[in-house]
Amino acid sequence: MEELTNKERMQIPRQKMPEQDPEKRKKNFKEVNLGFTEELAIKEAMRCLQCPKPVCISGCPVDIKIDEFIGLIAQGDFLGAAAKLKEDNALPAICGRVCPQEEQCEIKCVIGKKNDPVAIGRLERFAADYEREHTGIRKPEIKAKTGKKVAIVGSGPAGLSCAGDLAKMGHDVTVFEALHELGGVLVYGIPEFRLPKEIVRIEIESLKDIGVEFKTNSVIGFSDTIDELLENEYDAAFIGVGAGLPNFMRIPGENMIGVYSANEFLTRVNLMKAYKFPEYDTPVLNCKDKNVAVFGGGNTAMDAVRISKRLGAKNSYIIYRRSEVEMPARIEEVHHAKEEGIEFIMLTNPLEFIGDEEDWLKAVKLQKMELGEPDDSGRRRPIPIEGSEYVMDLDMTVIAIGNGSNPIIQKTTPDMEYNKWGNIVVDEETMKTSKKGVFAGGDIVTGGATVILAMGAGRVATKAIDEYIMNSSEW
Amino acid sequence: MQKIIFAEFIATDIKKFVIEAPKIAGKRKAGQFVIIRIKEGGERIPLTIADSDSDKGTITIIVQGIGKTTKELNSLKTGDTIMDVVGPLGKPSHIENFGTAVSIGGGVGTAIAFPTAVALKEAGNYTISIIGGRTKELVILEDEMREICDEVHVTTDDGSYGEKGFVTKKLQDLIDSGKKIDFVLAIGPIPMMKAVADVTRPHGIQTVVSLNPIMVDGTGMCGGCRATVGDKTVFVCVDGPEFDAHKVDFNELVNRNKSYEFFEKESLEEFECPSKKASN
Repeated sequence: MEELTNKERMQIPRQKMPEQDPEKRKKNFKEVNLGFTEELAIKEAMRCLQCPKPVCISGCPVDIKIDEFIGLIAQGDFLGAAAKLKEDNALPAICGRVCPQEEQCEIKCVIGKKNDPVAIGRLERFAADYEREHTGIRKPEIKAKTGKKVAIVGSGPAGLSCAGDLAKMGHDVTVFEALHELGGVLVYGIPEFRLPKEIVRIEIESLKDIGVEFKTNSVIGFSDTIDELLENEYDAAFIGVGAGLPNFMRIPGENMIGVYSANEFLTRVNLMKAYKFPEYDTPVLNCKDKNVAVFGGGNTAMDAVRISKRLGAKNSYIIYRRSEVEMPARIEEVHHAKEEGIEFIMLTNPLEFIGDEEDWLKAVKLQKMELGEPDDSGRRRPIPIEGSEYVMDLDMTVIAIGNGSNPIIQKTTPDMEYNKWGNIVVDEETMKTSKKGVFAGGDIVTGGATVILAMGAGRVATKAIDEYIMNSSEW
Repeated sequence: MQKIIFAEFIATDIKKFVIEAPKIAGKRKAGQFVIIRIKEGGERIPLTIADSDSDKGTITIIVQGIGKTTKELNSLKTGDTIMDVVGPLGKPSHIENFGTAVSIGGGVGTAIAFPTAVALKEAGNYTISIIGGRTKELVILEDEMREICDEVHVTTDDGSYGEKGFVTKKLQDLIDSGKKIDFVLAIGPIPMMKAVADVTRPHGIQTVVSLNPIMVDGTGMCGGCRATVGDKTVFVCVDGPEFDAHKVDFNELVNRNKSYEFFEKESLEEFECPSKKASN
């Protein structure tokens, strides 16, 4: 490979990832992003300056050796790059798709100060996809069996990352999942067009190949309590049960037919495949030629609204009480949504849902907002504008304003510390809870966050769990 | 995969299943339910556990074939398997020695009332049950109830068996006869549960109903099973399924349960007569 000077590297523009045409994709559930070709990947990888002290790594919750794997791609060693990724990330094809790289690793990229940063996420996705498509996911090295057993509660990103790392250390790992399918939010929450379920399935298969055992239909707390797991079989437990019950806005009419929580709407469509009804038995209310509004400004809201378009909605709206700059959704998701014809109604808040005599949603009463002084979140507080109320026709709505915590663990494991929202309190250095032998991470600790933060928490816990079970240290 | 150890129709369209599920059998308490998915691509439906045998590692469910999934479930026989059975879910019934406790079961609701009636008896209550159905055929578990209850009354809407009339009439008769009733549990169709609540309300009798909303995950995640109880939104799968009957908004529950009527009809037609659609 020819050596480029830094100046030459910086002259290469950030490579665009091919994607499905918006007009076509808004009618199907196939993946929107199509991934780099080999040529595009090498070209993009050449942009990396291979900094002696790569600051990008400091932005990665699982400390991927970003410079090294990108260097391998630049050399055309795609399998080597995939192996390098997997030293730190059990699920690179998933993270390459759903991590908010632009606010983690890529925001730190030094090129980004003047030009566009290196497309680290797209390169991660490329290397992982290349390996899967060409050789199948190869087994990483596994250390000798330790004879120690760890129970992981929840098969979402936190649990999977923890399970993968512990298995590589030689521990026996069992993952308990409440639903009938593995993957947690990766299968019930994130839609097919952003994260194909086949990719989730294959990455989970790769964990089975390294000895991780999975038990579906196991609601820990009910089928076994945390105490029973520890007493009967396991040396430690990690709780990664994710987000719980959906938040509502506490306005009149929220229990009408046609008002969904994001969790329910997404679960019906993604996990239960309602978009294939009647081939699949679970239905979702008809969106075809309807007016659909999604309340909220996060990635979940974007997922829900883009699904409604794919289900045939005439008009699909995002309605958000702040302005677009305050929206927590990834820029890429907002951009994709707009390309697909989603309409954004900003600085607007619902006051009341209006239905017919049988409680079917017909309209929503909205109120305009303006931005005031910054609030606790640092974002400018939305303030209602008196007299700006108006009514909009609506057939279906999805409320995507976050989740509370799942109450099952708390009810069945009372001798552990929780905060006032029911989230488990942990030591952030180790993910240790107040209960001996029990660690926790992901949304059950932080409240609604991202896949990669949950994986990062799983990763942090791994080290502490290994330390605890091997040295039987005090708590 | 859970094996069906025993399956038998106990009335028209009502089938009793004994399913291998040792973990659930060992853990479940009266009032709790399971979520069942028959096969790949199937729906998740909640069904209350009617009985269990922890020695044999089995649970019993009683299913009325109404929609596609329940009819398909009822087509399964001894020796067949069910893809997914998860539980026990929900809060167990609140059981104490109230004094005199009346368990009311309407139609297949009797199967749900049965385990709680057993628990009420074991807790020392003078236990009365009123079980009813539209017609003689649809009165179930009479023998089982007679075995554990101090009194059993049977009603049918058409008078083909027991006393003619609704279960509420019998309840009203008991109250009017001066019997001191301390606790009522009512499980059955929503109009029946609402009617029972209306009978007991003026007398201030503590009354509990088991709600049957549409659920998806059943584990406190999706929020689809929300109902209004005393002006508060509750999530039936984790906050219930049993609630104070005098505070439940039954009209809302009736409406919400109709959300998918259109799809249920389409599913059922396709299941019962697959050729019909193809020929259209």
